[in-house]
Formats: sequence, structure tokens, C-alpha cells
Amino acid sequence: MSLLRVENLSKEFGGVHAVEGLNYEIQPGAVHSIIGPNGAGKTTLLNMLTGVYIPSDGRIIFEEHDLTGLAPFEYAAHGIARTFQNLQVFFNMSALENVMVGRYLHERCGLASALLRFPRLARAERACRDEAAELMRYVGLQDYLSTASTAMPYGALKRLEIARALATQPRLILLDEPAAGLNPTEALDLDVLIGRLTERGITVVLVEHNMRLVMGVSDHILVLDYGRKLAEGAAAAVRNDPRVIEAYLGSSVASDGAAASAGSAASAASAASAASGGGQADLRGTSH
Amino acid sequence: MRQNFASPRVGGMVALALVIALLPVGLSNNYFYDVAILVGLNAIVCVGLNLLIGYAGQISLGHAGFYGLGAYGSAILSSRYGWPPLLSMLSATLVVAALAFVVGRPILRLKGHYLAMATLGLGVIIFMVIATEDKLTGGPDGMSVVAFKIGSFALREAQLWYWVVGALLLAAVWLALNLIDSPAGRALRALHGSEVGAEVLGIDAARHKLMVFVISAVFASVAGSLNAHFSGFITPSKVTFLHSIELVTMVVFGGMASTFGAVVGAAALTVLPQFLTVLKDYEMMVFGALMMGTMIFMPRGVVPSLARLFAPRRRPEGERKPGSEGAA
Repeated sequence: MSLLRVENLSKEFGGVHAVEGLNYEIQPGAVHSIIGPNGAGKTTLLNMLTGVYIPSDGRIIFEEHDLTGLAPFEYAAHGIARTFQNLQVFFNMSALENVMVGRYLHERCGLASALLRFPRLARAERACRDEAAELMRYVGLQDYLSTASTAMPYGALKRLEIARALATQPRLILLDEPAAGLNPTEALDLDVLIGRLTERGITVVLVEHNMRLVMGVSDHILVLDYGRKLAEGAAAAVRNDPRVIEAYLGSSVASDGAAASAGSAASAASAASAASGGGQADLRGTSH
Repeated sequence: MRQNFASPRVGGMVALALVIALLPVGLSNNYFYDVAILVGLNAIVCVGLNLLIGYAGQISLGHAGFYGLGAYGSAILSSRYGWPPLLSMLSATLVVAALAFVVGRPILRLKGHYLAMATLGLGVIIFMVIATEDKLTGGPDGMSVVAFKIGSFALREAQLWYWVVGALLLAAVWLALNLIDSPAGRALRALHGSEVGAEVLGIDAARHKLMVFVISAVFASVAGSLNAHFSGFITPSKVTFLHSIELVTMVVFGGMASTFGAVVGAAALTVLPQFLTVLKDYEMMVFGALMMGTMIFMPRGVVPSLARLFAPRRRPEGERKPGSEGAA
């Protein structure tokens, strides 16, 4: 049985179909990657799967609950957490407090209890602080336990968002381009972290342009192009799928003529990086 | 590590209690008591308003309206209808809370300048009602208010009022500090930092904004009621848009997202004009120049800027691994 299922999912922005008629299933306990050129609808899909966007059409079913149309905080309450491509760190709080906010669903209390600080709350706060610190160590941020979030480097902030998402105790975590902006060493460490997430029994959905990372950790890959499903399946199968090679990994690998006929800057650029990277295209170079 | 977080709260409370306890030594006559009480009442409003502005990142340019409703509600019920003052005050507070709840729902959907406009409008409407319903409120001429009484015990002397207001200010600060360090308070600060970031962690941003809006309105209402009973006479001047601006200015001056900053801001901007009267015609010019200078040299407000200045360099930042900075 699938953990999450979307049926005929669509999102339209003023006549532009960012995602169109998508059917997709996420199996529990696996790492699912969503790839595709820029503008393929990956982030739009992620935003729909967390309630940030309300779909124009279709349904989202998580653990047999229909979540279509619910608010983001309700998706979180059902056990879906995420990180953001462009960071959404609470820069007005310390790193540790950022993670403590993630414990909100499990720590929340009545207003009277908050205003009068009942002893039970004081105890819960200590436990919350300890658990947040534990999560920071888990994602490798032990050096930042008492640092202001504004004083942290970019790579650490990316991990901070992962720790914060984990604090909600999700069953499904959606990572939106976690490797973007990281140096190669930091990106390499991410494989290990993602692997450890699945060991915790958390299902991972990864939206990523870093093909080395995607091919390394994914059990299943969904390829989007112009908001539609182009292909899906196991990493090796997707990699060798001629449609994917044609539309995404660079048609010039197959033949120079195909790239010319595609005529888009994106495919030309991805072809170039695919060629230089030995078929492991890092599509961060294709921004337009 | 826990002590780092506990100490500003406990230390600050002790310091504030000491100031309140020792201040009467320097208060030589009733005029000084009056000013001190006014400081206390303004500080209560600002502590509440700072929860909304400084911590939750929402703006209100209409809080003088809630202050005025508290003042006039309590005044009308006790002086026109003969209700006991304490009951009048609590009733006025309930009405203000209900109004803030009903009005807050739609207007807190707005952000930034639009929210400022909406709250400004709310404040103006409340002012218009109070200024024109002269049968009830006395209109622009104001109305006299009975003294605060609990049973047969009447609160009349300024000295007594001082201790009551001082105790209530301590209570307000304590409640605010507790809230900020609770899960609900973290949720407020989080939605200030990133609303979508807070939402995807399970925080209902709209509900929390409404909650803090109601709390801040209640603080303003209680201070307004007390002010009416303390001064014995109220006019709509404290309900004006200008007074709303003064309250926001106190919060910003003292330091946003700092509860003690709100108290300091209220004290500074209440006391300063009283002392500057010796400058006669130049009073407002000097006052304005002081405000500008403070905001230029202490852009985070008085208390956070000074705290930064005197705080020892934080060690943990120095312990960062040199290798981890590459990506920034």
C-alpha cells in the first residue's frame, strides 16, 4: 500500500499548467527522487504535497486520508515535513530554538499554561530543548548548539532545516534541493544523512539537480517535464530511458542533431554539462 | 545551558522589582507619583503591544482604540450605571477581547502596510464613536470617573496607586516573558521569521496572530480602565491616532522583541516630555532630535543595542570549524 498517492493532480497559474494530470505513488520506506529541468513543476508539486499550494484539480491521499485543500499546518499534523529550496530559517531565533519550533506539534499547550508557566510546562520545555539538541547533533550541527542562526554558514542552515523538519517526527520528509549551494564535500555528506533518515523509518522525497546525489540514493525516480510525468522507475531504468535522455540528460549524447532540433537553451546547457560530467549532469548550470 | 535562558528572565524581573521598590525614595511629591503611575500604565500597554509587534511581527496602529475602550467602558459602567469598578473593568476587558477577536480574524489576514491601514481604521472608528456619543461619553469634553473601589476600600492616594500599578506591571512582564518562552511564544516568533516555515511545522499562523492580537488588546484595555479610575477624568485625547503612534514609538524606541525594552521605551517617552518642558518652544524639536539620534545610533532600540554593547563576545561563534564556512 502506498504512503502517499496523488491522482490526476494539476496546478494552473493563470492558464499556465505548472503540473498537469499527474498520477504518482510514494511507497513507504524508500527514497523517491523527483527530477526534471527547471520549470518542470517539481517545486510546485512539493508545494502541493505540503499544502502550500492548493491544487487546481486532483486529489492528494496520505495514509488513506484525503488531504486535498487542507492548510500546510494540517499536512504537518498528518506527518509530512519539508525543507525549502530558498531557506525559510527563523533568523530571529537561535539555531536550537529553530529546531525547538519543530517540536511544536508535540509540545503545544494551553494559553493559561503558557502564560503562567505551570511546572509541567517547564519540565516539557527542558525535554524539548534536549531533544532539539539531540537532533542537531544527529544532522551534524553539534558545533552550533548555542549559535544564533544568523551566524551560521549556508551549508549548516540547510542541515538546520532538516533537523527542524525531523523534530516534527514526520513519516514523510520532502527535501527541496538540499544540495543546491553546497560545496562538493558537503553534498557528499548529504548521501549519508539521507540514508540515515530511511533507517529511522522516514520516507524521503528528494527534489534535486545534483545527479550524482540522486542516482546514488534513490530507490525510485520520477521525471517531470513541462508539468507532466515523462518517466518513472528505478534509478538505472530511468537513466537509460531514451525519452529521459532525449528530453533531459542531453540529447547530444545520442546525436548532435537532436539537440539542435530541441533548440532550447536548457537542453543545450544540460547537454554541455552532461558531456563534461561524463553523463552525470549537474543541472544547476541550466538556470535561465 | 539552561541557565543562559533562565537568567535574563529572573534577573530582569528582580531588577524591575527593585526599581519599582526603590523609586519612591526619589519621588518627592505627588506630581512625580503621577508621572511614575503613567509610566507604569503605558509600560503595561507596551509590553502587550510588543508581543504583537516585536515578537509576532504584526503591526497595530489602533491600540489607543483598545486603550480608550477599556477606559470608557469601565468609566461608563461604573460612573453612569453604578457598577462596581472592578466588575466594570473586567466587563470592559471582556468586551475588548471579544471585539479584538471578531475584528482580528479578517484584518490579520493582511500583511505589512495593509495591516497598518486596517488597524489604523479600527482605531479611528473607535475614536469617532467615543467622541460623538456624547450622551454616554461626554464627547470631546470628557467625563469624570468614580474612584476605584473594591468593597468599601477606595483607592485614592497616588502612593497606593503606585504600588498597585507597579505590581500589575510586574505581573504583565512576567506573563509576557512566560508566553515568549513557551511553545506558543516560539510559534509567534517563528511566524515572524517565516510564516510558511512556521506553517509547515504544524503552526496555525492565523490562530496565533489572533491570539496575540487579543492578548495585546486586553493589556491595553486593562491599562486604559486603570488610567480612567486613577485620573478621575477622561477625554478622547488618549484614544486618538496620535496616541496609537506614541505607543508604537515606545515599543520601537525601547527595542522590538525585548519585553524590558518595551518598559524602558514607555518610561523614556513618558518621562522625557515632562522634563523637556523647561525648553519651552524648543521642546518638540529637542524631543524629535533625540528620537532620531536614538534610532540612528541604536537602530534595534535602546535595550537590545545596549545589551549587545555590554554582552561579552559570544564564545560559541568563535569555536566554529574553519572548514565549514566555504559555502557561505
